[in-house]
Amino acid sequence: MKSPLVEITKLSFNRGSRIIFNNVNLDIERGKITAIMGPSGTGKTTLLKLISAQLEPTVGSIMVDGQNIHGLDQEELFEMRKRMGMLFQSGALLTDLDVFDNVAYPLREHTRLDERMIRYLVLIKLHAVGLRGAAQLMPSELSGGMLRRVALARAIVLDPMMILYDEPFSGQDPISMGVLMKLIKTMNDNLGLTSIIVSHDVNEVSAIADYIYIISDGQIMDQGTPAELEETASEWAKQFLKGLPDGPVHFHYPALDYAIDLFEIS
Amino acid sequence: MTRQILEIWVGVFVAAGIAALFMLAMKVSNLSTVSTGDTYEITARFDNIGGLSIRSPVKASGVLVGRVSNIKYDKDYSVAVVTMSIQNRFDSFSIDSRASIYTAGLLGEQYIELVPGIEDNYLEDGSDVVMADSALILENLIGRFISEIISK
Amino acid sequence: MQHFLRKTVAVFESLGDRSLDSFERLGRSTLFLVRVFKSIPFVFLRPWLLIQQLYSVGVLTIVIVLVAGTFVGMVLGLQGYNILVRFNSESSLGTMVGLTLVRELGPVVTALLFAGRAGSALTAELGLMKTTEQFSALEMMAVDPFKRVIAPRFLAGFLSMPMLAAIFSAVGIYGGYYVGVYLLGVDDGAYWAQMQKSVDFHEDFMNGVWKTVVFGFVATWIALFEGYDSVPTSEGIGRATTQSVVNASLAVLGLNFILTALMLETS
Ligand SMILES: Nc1ncnc2c1ncn2[C@@H]1O[C@H](COP(=O)(O)OP(=O)(O)OP(=O)(O)O)[C@@H](O)[C@H]1O
Ligand SMILES: [Mg+2]
Repeated sequence: MKSPLVEITKLSFNRGSRIIFNNVNLDIERGKITAIMGPSGTGKTTLLKLISAQLEPTVGSIMVDGQNIHGLDQEELFEMRKRMGMLFQSGALLTDLDVFDNVAYPLREHTRLDERMIRYLVLIKLHAVGLRGAAQLMPSELSGGMLRRVALARAIVLDPMMILYDEPFSGQDPISMGVLMKLIKTMNDNLGLTSIIVSHDVNEVSAIADYIYIISDGQIMDQGTPAELEETASEWAKQFLKGLPDGPVHFHYPALDYAIDLFEIS
Repeated sequence: MTRQILEIWVGVFVAAGIAALFMLAMKVSNLSTVSTGDTYEITARFDNIGGLSIRSPVKASGVLVGRVSNIKYDKDYSVAVVTMSIQNRFDSFSIDSRASIYTAGLLGEQYIELVPGIEDNYLEDGSDVVMADSALILENLIGRFISEIISK
Repeated sequence: MQHFLRKTVAVFESLGDRSLDSFERLGRSTLFLVRVFKSIPFVFLRPWLLIQQLYSVGVLTIVIVLVAGTFVGMVLGLQGYNILVRFNSESSLGTMVGLTLVRELGPVVTALLFAGRAGSALTAELGLMKTTEQFSALEMMAVDPFKRVIAPRFLAGFLSMPMLAAIFSAVGIYGGYYVGVYLLGVDDGAYWAQMQKSVDFHEDFMNGVWKTVVFGFVATWIALFEGYDSVPTSEGIGRATTQSVVNASLAVLGLNFILTALMLETS
């Protein structure tokens, strides 16, 4: 078996005094789609930022393609990032460029392709996300869902080895959701790239993911293939995946007891 | 906005900025009247130089011929040694020229007036002007004037 | 008594906290500047980046500078005439207008306008880029935002300031000319000749230029740092923008005094 593309060992991460991750071990297999799920605010976005070295872990190491990504200098890190694509939760398009130029941006920065070739590649990617007709619009003229799809086109335009998707499906209508799922799946199968998907959409994720991690309270609560989770999942995972209001999962951000807080008993 | 229009605007801006700098240098400041040619240096000793300073004008018959380039105090003789840079094209100051410190207007800046003498030899680089009149110090004049009035 | 003690301690505590904070900010802004310097050579490889910023920093500031310069020059002509005419020396109007503009008002007022117009725009722009994760996105695309975004803006601000100040002084001198010569009847030749006689190239003009260079540097630095360091929320951008204008203006006025004193000292 090939070594995993991303190996996270003994990862701990704090935000001030708040512990986001506590001694987490996690592997991302090459050429597979790995999903990260968990309640809102548990640190899924944080995990993606740790993997891409936008944040430094407090303790522990993250190996990407055999290299400790936090031990690289800026040049090596940038070399590594050219092989990574990231879809930001907010899209994070450059607001002073139109859609076409946003998608063309990584190509213009990192390749010496001529304008014709760039146009060709950009239009292919825009077509894949259904926005070829929006090429001349500015980001401020797009809806949230469209914004995210442009960001997706930009993330894949350099044909990276690994793509990090932060909530690719949220804000998409059922049709574009289906198209995106298919797109992610085909890219993964045909190009052999590795995908990490953060998402809340249980059904969609179960349909395309090869492996699922469910994290909460700084720990991995459950993991396995979609089928395994279906069968053997803990009480916890069952409640989370089915979206039931009652059970071991906390819906609330850590707080005082409701009654105590409400009536100011001290 | 197309790239070309933007470039034109920036070009206009830079041209306007440089033109303004040039206008201030040439038309507003004295750069155009300051000599750019070579100079020779002469010195003169004054008992009192008043408010004379480096870069004060040196004139002959009211025409600017050079500037004060250095001022030192000679403690052996208790005098001020003033070095003047004179433009080379004004090379016919006789060796018995007289240097006097005047004030432009009543309160204006002070300058050195050079008055040529009658000798046939001319001052050259490093020469010393023998005849030097000190500045008229306004305070002294007023003081004398007041004491005269009082004593009357 | 104890209450009073506790309050006193609290005052000192917050004072210490704040001075630590400002020291820390000073350190961070210095590191920021070092990174900007290191990234500047890159801008020469991409002149288009600089041209774009010269447009938004320089060209877009030119109108306000033209208008302000004209009015300031006109008021100088008016006030100067009314003062000088009492001493029968209205022919020195050119001297007064020229010296005031070249030495003081040109550099200082332009720097204040620059901080208000271009500086606040730079801060808001960087703050917005930070809030919308554009810096992170650039880093993820293996693009250094210092090279791509910040250094071109810094260079543009630094280069624009002296040109804007020169434009301000130049139109101001014509504004004074219009009021003094056309409206109030000062002699045309005297206006220019007196000005040229008393405005020294080194002592007045060049010292004015040096001031604008320093002001441009400091105002741009403050604007960019405030934006880069802003809290990534819409409220944070607003606060950073205000801070940027206030701090840059105070810095300009304070530095103006120091520079003027130094220049008078050495002349
Ligand atoms: N810049 C920050 N400073 C301090 N705390 C932060 C910061 N960003 C995130 N956090 C905290 O870190 C925790 C994890 O945030 P993160 O964005 O990773 O959550 P998430 O799992 O992606 O949630 P969601 O599903 O809502 O996107 C949150 O509780 C948040 O309060
Ligand atoms: Mg998130």
